[in-house]
Amino acid sequence: MDLLNLINDIQVADPEFADRISPRRAAIKNITSFGSKVAVAALPFAFSTLFKKAYGQTATPSVNDVLNFALTAELTEASFYNTAVSRGIIPSTDSAAIGLIQKDENNHVNFIRGILAGNESNANKARSTAPIVACNFNTWFDFSGGAKGTVPGAGPFADVFNSYPIFLAVAQAFEDTGVRAYKGQAGFLKGNKTVLTAALDIHSVEARHASYLRRLRLLRAPSTVPADFRSWVTGDMTTASGITVSTAATAATNPIYFGEANVTQGGVNIGGIVSTKAATEAFDEPLTSDYVVTNILSNFLKTS
Amino acid sequence: MKTTTQETLVEKGMARRSFLKFAGAGAVAAGVLATAASCQKHGGVVSDPQVVDLGTGDVAVLNFAYALEQLEAAFYTQVIATPYANMTTEEKTLLTEIRDHEIIHREFFKTALAGNAIPALTPNFTSITFSDKASVLGTAKAFEDLGVAAYNGAGYLIQTTAYLELAGKIVSVEARHAALIRNLLGQNLADDTILDPSNGLEKHKTPAEVLAIANKYVSGKPLAAPALGA
Repeated sequence: MDLLNLINDIQVADPEFADRISPRRAAIKNITSFGSKVAVAALPFAFSTLFKKAYGQTATPSVNDVLNFALTAELTEASFYNTAVSRGIIPSTDSAAIGLIQKDENNHVNFIRGILAGNESNANKARSTAPIVACNFNTWFDFSGGAKGTVPGAGPFADVFNSYPIFLAVAQAFEDTGVRAYKGQAGFLKGNKTVLTAALDIHSVEARHASYLRRLRLLRAPSTVPADFRSWVTGDMTTASGITVSTAATAATNPIYFGEANVTQGGVNIGGIVSTKAATEAFDEPLTSDYVVTNILSNFLKTS
Repeated sequence: MKTTTQETLVEKGMARRSFLKFAGAGAVAAGVLATAASCQKHGGVVSDPQVVDLGTGDVAVLNFAYALEQLEAAFYTQVIATPYANMTTEEKTLLTEIRDHEIIHREFFKTALAGNAIPALTPNFTSITFSDKASVLGTAKAFEDLGVAAYNGAGYLIQTTAYLELAGKIVSVEARHAALIRNLLGQNLADDTILDPSNGLEKHKTPAEVLAIANKYVSGKPLAAPALGA
């Protein structure tokens, strides 16, 4: 089956079909945005999404959907940093930096809430950012990464508020996730001057956070990362994460770096311009909200 | 459904015209883009020959990014060619990797724009003392902050989703660069000059604001983008 001929054939039968898939050309967009392996896997799903759009069901999130998703991530980060700072595990050398990151995440929560106003989801309204006094979990969050398990606080990062290296690793994981999550939503905000610009302005701050935290891991916890660990994302999986403290920790964070080894951008193979390593680093990859929630946030967000 | 057709198109590194077509431009838009490039016309008005006109529509935004990446690549290439005094091995490694990222960004835009690309710019780096660490890292910080502010401020102008996503993939890498430069300078990841302390948002710039700064580093004809209000 030739996809383009199929679209032409459908256009003959349903003259409005092309309008529905253009200008976003969602299926084509999905092909050019990811490496070929992901594109092949995504194609049937993306194509069926076109039919859902055409015949009544909504496949594209609203601006409020995007903002509520972003707010969930920011609430998680704000609660995380508020707790860590209150526990006194941040060394004085890094208190200015971690303090700024903490302030940014709380500011992001307030900013997004301001735009959403009455459209904030009930789930988000319930999530508290108050520091967790003891333990590594509360009603809404499990920062050990054990939210899917049977025992609260028994996830792979149980020592997140006792060990500065573990805290830094989880912080990096959250920030790199946030970068990919915002990036994955940008297309849904196309042309929206106010909200898209705000999302981009937050997205770059999260990238600064991620970069700075990666450097801190190298400086403060060198035994926990490779000697050539970088502020940018090299390759994928543990090359990208530098998180190898335990098998469970690696398993929990590898999904954050899935697809980051991609060297095909806009249909152009960029691996030969300088090197494959540089090519994987030069572009950060998006993630869909479904993927982020299912594979990453669900380890830290309690469902009850 | 046979998926190998699409897989082949992606893997073979599509020809430039195919890239524009698949990125949503379509046959009609590709014709418009080609016209805009060959005649340097926009809205029927011939552009000023005393400037490097970035063009119109998405071409203008891509050329805007291409111009900045050209300057950054040239800057870091010079930094590595003539390292500042007492540059450490680690600093040289990291700055070389940043250089390589910028070269990749530059070459990517050049390929994507094809016949619509602005010419290679001649940089003016006379204000930079390449032998001095403070001057070099201070300039690096300024370039990276400028790049982030530029991408963030121009994003809403992009009409093609694929281009918006590509810009998004690049801007976070520039922000990573910016933070690393600040690490090397012993500074915090941001300050009030580039991050709004009231809401935690990066302070973006309009294309006009960006070009006013970028043109200080361009020899010969300055960059202009009437289509982007610059």
